[in-house]
Amino acid sequence: MQQETARAETIEITYREAVKQAIRDAIKHDERVFLMGEDVGRYGGCYAVSKGLLAEFGPERIRDTPLSESGFTGAGIGAAMAGLRPIVELMTVNFSLLALDQIMNTAATVRHMSGNQFGVPLVIRMATGAGRQLAAQHSHSLEGWYAHIPGIKVLAPATLEDARGMLWTALQDPDPVLIFENVMLYNMTGKLAADAGAVDIEKAAVRRVGRDISFITYGGSLWKTLEAAETLAGAGIEAEVIDLRVLRPLDDATIMASIAKTRRAVIVDEGWRSGSVAAEVGMRIVEQAFWSLDAPIGRVCSEEVPIPYPAHLENAAIPQAEKIVTAAKAMLGKA
Amino acid sequence: MTAAADKPHLSRAHMLDLLKQMIRIRHFEDKCAELYTQEKIRGFLHLYDGEEAVAVGVIPVLEERDRIVATYREHGHALVRGVPMKAVMAEMYGKQEGCSRGRGGSMHLFDAAHNFHGGNAIVGGGLPMAVGLALAEKMRNGDAVVACFFGEGAVAEGEFHESMNLAALWQLPVLFVCENNLYAMGTALALSESETDIHQKAACYKLAAEAVDGMDVVAVEAVARRAVRAVRESRKPYFLECRTYRLRAHSMFDAQLYREKAEVETWRHREPILRFHSWLQANNIIHADDVPRIEAEVDAEIAEAVAFAEAGTWEPLAELTRFTYAESGRPAGR
Repeated sequence: MQQETARAETIEITYREAVKQAIRDAIKHDERVFLMGEDVGRYGGCYAVSKGLLAEFGPERIRDTPLSESGFTGAGIGAAMAGLRPIVELMTVNFSLLALDQIMNTAATVRHMSGNQFGVPLVIRMATGAGRQLAAQHSHSLEGWYAHIPGIKVLAPATLEDARGMLWTALQDPDPVLIFENVMLYNMTGKLAADAGAVDIEKAAVRRVGRDISFITYGGSLWKTLEAAETLAGAGIEAEVIDLRVLRPLDDATIMASIAKTRRAVIVDEGWRSGSVAAEVGMRIVEQAFWSLDAPIGRVCSEEVPIPYPAHLENAAIPQAEKIVTAAKAMLGKA
Repeated sequence: MTAAADKPHLSRAHMLDLLKQMIRIRHFEDKCAELYTQEKIRGFLHLYDGEEAVAVGVIPVLEERDRIVATYREHGHALVRGVPMKAVMAEMYGKQEGCSRGRGGSMHLFDAAHNFHGGNAIVGGGLPMAVGLALAEKMRNGDAVVACFFGEGAVAEGEFHESMNLAALWQLPVLFVCENNLYAMGTALALSESETDIHQKAACYKLAAEAVDGMDVVAVEAVARRAVRAVRESRKPYFLECRTYRLRAHSMFDAQLYREKAEVETWRHREPILRFHSWLQANNIIHADDVPRIEAEVDAEIAEAVAFAEAGTWEPLAELTRFTYAESGRPAGR
């Protein structure tokens, strides 16, 4: 009984702090691990994720870099090839485009073009998403672009458990892993098991069980989707909510199992609709579960516009709970 | 170590070896060009003709534990480093016996056993990798050196500048070797750079930097000895600009509209093999039968490599998607 109490012990923690504890834990337990990026040290991280770590671990393992995304991401690749386990932090997904050559042309290709002689066990973390009125060069959701690339894995931790647990597993992976942290989640507070540790980076998770419709989402949109599901429950509609967690490789089985049950799907994705993760998931449903569907697949994605600065326009540009509710009701003929 | 260790060993045996290594690359690539016209080798084929003195002058100075990052014009570097010629030729063919299992081809020669990190075909893209390899070396308190080769075209890329700054800022043991052959594909240096004195750019980032006649293998070796020792002992980066010239086309698709034939001819008289051979003759170091013997040895090795590649096998289609990710139960590369 006492043991069970101990296991159930939880702590109140923010998403930001969960990520920090994951980094801290990794650096403490593996001498090959270090964090490198712009302002990760003295400044404490653009989103304060690494605040305090410099004092704890010193400048070799909490390494401030110049504004050279391509240079230090490539340096992470080289260090990983030589046996270290770097965590490269890119301030935002928009800035990661300056390192895209290194990510796409080197990290993702070296194992293949070297005939499996060299691997790049590198983890790259970055902030993604809109909601902080940072306008059109700091707010996009380009995870879907990265998920297009064979040779890397793409993670989108939406929960405290995943923020705390995905990093360690990613660091054990012999190939490059990109972790996208939605900026609107950093301040999210909740309960986390005091002994929370590594989690899998393979499977999608059913975050709410339902029978009438499947919502498939990831990252910051998970919480809006759960909010929508709660609203719908009040109207007698039971929505199932799937958190993809891993955008590459996609866990088709969990998606199709849900569709087989609910026969309806709405995909919620903060990326732009055209060529999005939502497009990929939708197409896979068509390929694998077409005959299970009772209705055309629905999507709630970002509007096809660079993210605007004013709050009312920004909010209108990205998925919101009301839009998800509306889409679900329309699909069920209850609009 | 003393300054004497920096001097090339000008013994007859050593000089003949330098000559042989250059001839070995030249003949190997002549054969590759021939095989290309026979469609045995496909894709892009970038030849090193005229630039051999750089790889031959620098690479033998490195230790086994040192690492090399090269470009898509890297056949010479791989051969001098000791990647078996058979495996290189099989790679050119795309056979699974190749040094990258046939997955890379001419532009992506890799060999973990020789710390040969490719074979990188994005201009400038290999420099950050070299910085990272050196960062790992520094963080583990090792004493290995990372040698990074690239052309002067890379100097216009942002990755060059980011890498110079990082290597100097973090004091990393990288030897940057710029093979300045005066043309970035078809664009002359003066048409692409405001400052054409390349090593000055590195000096701006506070790297020790110097230029050397890249057509003189003895001069390159002398500077390389000094530079490698400096990197190994100081754990700081060093920049060598080797001034050289590409005598052949950029790749097999290049009609060379951007330069005069007379210019190429002028450089042909200064090319490193001819020049070194003449010098050896003038100083009575080489014997009449030395070159025929070297050529016979090299040609026999090439014939063997071609036979090996011809006899090589194609990877089964069923294996197409392998090596995109590590396979469970199989360890990743080092």
